[in-house]
Formats: sequence, structure tokens, C-alpha cells
Amino acid sequence: MKIIQISVFIENKPGRLSAVTDILAENDVNIRALSIADTSDFGILRLIVDKPELAYERLKEKGLTASMTNVLSVRMPDQPGGLANVLRVLNENEINVEYMYAFVSKATDDALVVFKVENIEDAEVKLKGTGINLLTKDEVYKL
Amino acid sequence: MENYWNQKYEVMEREELEALQLERLQKTVERCYHDVPHYRKKFQEAGIDPSDIQSLSDITKLPFTVKTDLRDNYPYGMFAVPMSDIVRIHSSSGTTGKPTVVGYNRHDLNVWSELMARSLVCAGAEKNDVIHNAYGYGLFTGGLGVHYGSEKLGASVIPISGGNSEKQVMIMQDYGSTVLCCTPSYALNLAEVMKEMNVAPTDLKLKVGIFGAEPWSDEMRNQIEKVLGIKALDIYGLSEIIGPGVGMECPYKKGLHIWEDHFLIEIVDPDTLEPMPEGEKGELVITSLTKEALPMIRYRTRDITTAHYEKCECGRTHVRIERVSGRSDDMLIIRGVNVFPSQIESALLNIGQVEPHYLIIVSREGNLDALEIQVEVNQELFTDDVKGLETLEKKIKHAIESTLGISVKVRLVEPKSLERSMGKAKRVLDLRKK
Repeated sequence: MKIIQISVFIENKPGRLSAVTDILAENDVNIRALSIADTSDFGILRLIVDKPELAYERLKEKGLTASMTNVLSVRMPDQPGGLANVLRVLNENEINVEYMYAFVSKATDDALVVFKVENIEDAEVKLKGTGINLLTKDEVYKL
Repeated sequence: MENYWNQKYEVMEREELEALQLERLQKTVERCYHDVPHYRKKFQEAGIDPSDIQSLSDITKLPFTVKTDLRDNYPYGMFAVPMSDIVRIHSSSGTTGKPTVVGYNRHDLNVWSELMARSLVCAGAEKNDVIHNAYGYGLFTGGLGVHYGSEKLGASVIPISGGNSEKQVMIMQDYGSTVLCCTPSYALNLAEVMKEMNVAPTDLKLKVGIFGAEPWSDEMRNQIEKVLGIKALDIYGLSEIIGPGVGMECPYKKGLHIWEDHFLIEIVDPDTLEPMPEGEKGELVITSLTKEALPMIRYRTRDITTAHYEKCECGRTHVRIERVSGRSDDMLIIRGVNVFPSQIESALLNIGQVEPHYLIIVSREGNLDALEIQVEVNQELFTDDVKGLETLEKKIKHAIESTLGISVKVRLVEPKSLERSMGKAKRVLDLRKK
């Protein structure tokens, strides 16, 4: 199941992260997971939120550069080999992982990982085929 | 006792000098009318016949020439002699792609060498000097201009060109350079390198520096004189007119002597183009009086200065202009290279569909100019991965560098983080000390 991730371009300077989180707070948007990829000059803030379309529109209105990207959210047992099992499936099917990040949820004992892969349709089919549990939009947004 | 290279002309009484100028101006106008279609058309449009030039003040009847005229006639359309007579071609950086091309016949090269030799002597150089020429050799007129002038003078010229500062210091020390020719910022850079190499100014034989090709200040002059233990003098020139040696400061430092037997200057209001009263600031306009291959009628240099006509303490009667204090257009001079914001803009336009907002920041890192271009990342340019944005950064950097020919730093910034003034965005932030 594809879920929507919001990516925001932020400069590496004081106050820029909080500018984003302030907008989200004002609009009652709750962050489910986040990760930052950064260089010395800029970063990309990646967010899984409960109301992605609203967050995207509000961030754009406030002049920030944002985009919506489809990612997969995978649930796996929180035990040794849990992630290895998922990556093995992707690897065997030659699906390249562009980036990934883990997050926790109070609603489950499982580990949750967000994957951005090159061929998302293919990845979805292959993962499901091996019985790996993909979270639906609703499941993620309501975590 | 003052030294002159060509005393007869350098100290000529003004009345005689002006008579010579008029005679040469009339000849130049005549030749332009007959040999250059561009000028003939412009003169006819203005209803001017060469015979209308009866006094020096009649020059105001003639149309101005601007850089665009050279570009419109790219590459050789403004030449007044057949290509078979051209023996040298130089060019300067262009604004939007095409450079401006200048040509010289043998007579022009002789004049240029003569004027550079005059300039060197004016600065205090003589035939026993070792001239360390760190101006760039190539299409840029700086290197070869100083080179041929030095040879004409009979001095020993070291054609080291720019770059490799440690080697420059070693050569200055070992070869006993006495005259340094480069941009003022490069002189300060050499001083820094000397310090790192533990070479004291007293280890060198340098006595004078001839600095030009970029704007500088009295503060910079004082600093150079202090750290290098030399006299620092200003040289003026531009390729459209001939190259370096159009004017040169003498050791009295009362402005740059423009060699008036070869050039006729005016100072005009850059907006109205009307002549400014003597002693007032305006744009320098130059007419060449002896150039054959590429004669220039009332060329607008865009350089802002003031002219003084009183005889100088050095005995020279030629007009002096003050150090150029600014530009009447938006041209920047970065490490001696002419840069127009429009060049950067057109390079950016080739990157995306929409023109991104940008800011040009010029600063001085150590003693060298640094150029940073901040580009706003809009929705169109944004990609979700770092690699994509870094590729974008590299693409922009490459596009700008291949247009300007100098290295730049590109920095991606958030939209609206760059200041916008009413209507027109502020494009340039020059942080260099004036």
C-alpha cells in the first residue's frame, strides 16, 4: 500500500525546521514519522503525517518548497533479522532502495520502516507476495 | 629630472596638442565614414558629414558607440581595414554569449607598444628593469599588452601570466623582478603567499607595481605599498580602445595620464549624455585618434571618473582622470573578469522552464574575489533526493562557469529567502570593501 510522504526543502540555518513544524502545529497536523537528509548547505525534511494533502497545501502557501512522494511503510517483527528479511526480498528482485527510515508506534510491538524505492509498484507486489505486511494509508495516518 | 619615453608628445603644450588631436580626429572620422558601414550609417542618420568636424568641440555632433554595436557587428564588422592587414585579434568577455572582438594591424600594435612603454616609464620603469608580468596571457589584452610594451622599452620581461603564486614568489626572488604587473587583489595575494613562505619584502628587488583591470581603493593601495614595500600605481585600459596603456598614473599619484595624442576623452552625464562641466564626475567617453584597424568614435566606457586638465607636477600636459570610482551599468569586475548579471541570468534560464530567483554575492576571501550565486529552489526544481539537488547544484555551477569563465559557488536556498525590492528583485550584493 502506497502512502504519501511530504518532503520539504530547508536551508541549513537556524529556525528553518521550526518554521515547518510551526505551520504543521497551526494546522493541527500530527507527525507520524520523520527523517532529515542533509548536506552542508541544505536538507530535505521527510515527513509522514496524518493529513498529508492539508500539510502539503499549507506549506506551499507559506512559501516553502514541498513535494508529495509515494513511499511504502512496512511492518516487521521487532527482532533480529526482521529488516534483513524485507531487504532480501527487495534485493532478490533488484529493487533499489533510495532511502529508508525507521519509526516506532505505541500501537504495536512491531518495527515500522518507511521505504522509498525506485519501482514502487513492483516492490509492493513482491513484498506482499512473500507475506510481508505493508501498512495502509489509514493504518499509518492513525498510528 | 623626470623620465619620459616620448618627451616631445608627453609634455607638448596643450594648444599644440589640441591642434594635433583635431587633425587626427578629422582623419579618423573621415576613415570611419568611408571604411566602416556601421559608422557611415550612424553618421548619415545623425545628418553628419566628416567635413562638419571643424573643432574639437564638434565631436559632440558625432553619435556614441556602445558595446552592443561591437556585438551587433560580431565578429569583424567594425574593422576598418581588410582582414589581410589584421595581425592580432583579442576579445573580451561577452554579456550574453558572444564576446566582443578587437583587431589590430601592425601600426596599431606599434602604437600600443609605444603607449605601454610610455606607461611603464611614467611609472618609473626603465630598460634595466625586470618586469614581472602576472597579467593573463591570451585573449585578454592585459598580458600581451604589457609584454610588448616592456620589450619596446628594452626591459627584461618575465611572461609568467597568472596563477601558481608560490612559483611567482620564487621567481620574483630568484630572477630579481623589479616591476610587478598584475591586478591589485593578486598583488595582495602574492604578499600573503610570501608571508607563508617566509619571504620578506626586503628579500625582493621590487620597487614599483603597475596595477589595473579591476576596481581598487586608496586603502588597498596603502596596504599593498605597506606589505610589499613598493610604490603602487594605477593603469587604465580596455580592449575596445586598445588594451592596457590608455592611461597611467605617475609617481605623483594625481590621477592617470590619458595619452591624449592618441585618445580624445569626454566626461558625460550617463543619463542625458550631455558633457559634464570640467572637474565633475561622469562617464568616460573615448575616441581613438590613431587606431587603424578598429577606430572608435565616442566609445562609452561605462566607467565613472573625473578629468583634470592642469599640467601635472611630473611635467606631463596630458589630461588626468581619477581612479575609476564605479560603473554606469551593472557590470561587476571579479578577479579581473568582466561579469554582467545578465550572463548569470541567461545561464539560469537554460536550467529550468521557469526563471528561478537568484542573488549574486561578491565577497573577498583573503585577497581574492569570491563569487557565490544563491538560487531559490522552487517547486519545479525541487526533487525529493539529495543526489538530485546536488546534481542540480552542479548543473547550475557548470552552466554559469562555462559562461563566465571563472569559478563560482552555487548555493541552493529556500524560496522567498532572497530579498525582493519593489518591482525589481535585488540581484547583486557586493560585500567587497570599496
